[in-house]
Formats: sequence, C-alpha cells, structure tokens
Amino acid sequence: MIGLILASASESQAVSLHVDWVALITAVASVVSISAGLFFVLAGTLGVLRLPDFYTRLHAAGMTDTLGAELILIGLIIQAGLTQMSLKLLIVAFFLFITSPTATHAVAHAAYKAGLKPKLGKYKAPDVDGGLK
Amino acid sequence: MAHFLAYFNLGAAFLIIVSMAMMLGRLLGGPTLYDRLLAVNSFGTKTILFLCVFCFVIDRPDGVDIALLYALMNFIATIAVLKFFNYRALGVPLIKDQTKAAQHKGGNVKGAHK
Repeated sequence: MIGLILASASESQAVSLHVDWVALITAVASVVSISAGLFFVLAGTLGVLRLPDFYTRLHAAGMTDTLGAELILIGLIIQAGLTQMSLKLLIVAFFLFITSPTATHAVAHAAYKAGLKPKLGKYKAPDVDGGLK
Repeated sequence: MAHFLAYFNLGAAFLIIVSMAMMLGRLLGGPTLYDRLLAVNSFGTKTILFLCVFCFVIDRPDGVDIALLYALMNFIATIAVLKFFNYRALGVPLIKDQTKAAQHKGGNVKGAHK
C-alpha cells in the first residue's frame, strides 16, 4: 500500500523523482484514521448482530458508533485541509459527539424503565432507583 | 495521490454500506422495540458517515450539508419515538398537583387579607 501511495505521489512529477511529503503524510494520516474508524464501525455492527442481550448490544453499538464516526470524520477533515468543507465536517463531528451518547443513554434508560431486565445469570438486576428505597 | 484517495474513499463508502445492510438484520429481526430503535439510531449514524465519505468520492461538497441535517434529525427522531412509546402520545397533558394548587390558593388568600 505504501508503494502504491509513493507511486501515485511521484506520478505528478514524473520527470524528477520528487515526492510531495506534505501530501504523502496527509494521505497516510487520513488513511490510517479512516481505516481505524471503519474497523470500529464494523466491529460495532458485528456486536449488534451477535451479542445475546439488549444491553450488551447497546454497549457495542453506542460506544463504537461514537468513536468510529469521530475517527472517520477526523480522517475526512485531514483530507479536506483548511476549507469550508472541513468546518462543516467539524460541526457534524461535534453534533455526533454530543448526540450519540445522549441518544444511547435515553434508549437504555427508557428500556430499563419499561421493565426490560438484563440477562445476568444467577444475579438479579436492581430497580431504577438502585434498590435503595 | 488523488486517485488513490478517491479509490480508498470508495472502498470506505462500500464498507459503510455493508455495515448498514448488516444493521438492517437487527432492525428487522430485533426481539424488542428497543433493539429496533437502537438499530435505527445506529443506521442513521452510518447514513451520516456514508454521505460525508461519498461526497468526497464524487467531489461535490453538497452532501455534507445534508449529513448535518441528518445528524440533527436523527437525534430528535430517536427522542421523539422514545417519548411516544413512553406516554403513547407526543403531546402529554399536564396533571394538576392538588397539594401545590391548595398551597398556591392559600398564599393568595393570605395576601388578600393584608
């Protein structure tokens, strides 16, 4: 892959073997960030499909969606450079960073309030108020 | 460099599409309502990511605005559906608190006596 990047980096100046180091480092950082984000997104999707319980599925989806989305958007911001597009992408990343954990918390709390108990084997889950009353 | 990044972004968009298709399995076959809601929320997040990546592939910056709209609407839709299934209505009527209403009335009467 590095060889492919090097080949495509030097194809613009085919006569001299000059490598555009800024573009190369930007491309490598962006590729690494987007690849990590894709890994987290796919792992979270696999977790949602395979895990046995609603709360474990929520755990897989909520955490990996936040981190994977942020990593992919950061990779795209690195690709875009300092433009209007990167500012818009930054706003999208900010909203996702705020709203994704909030929505996950709301879904978990609503499910627990509605009486959906987690699978705990021989243990028993406490009530919503923590079993203090 | 630009060619390689365009192909890489295309592959990333394809993998996000694969992830969305896998999430549809949980959406259609989720045992409870909350599983489906979780799948819808996650599907919306992946839609935002796909729009952002794909408008880099086709080199048109319009998709990011639509992705911003989706990011706002996805959250509000999730909260609205949760509220609907909690109260079975979106407009919830307020219930009058009898003890507080009596206190309020008493305070007014005392003020009138002065």
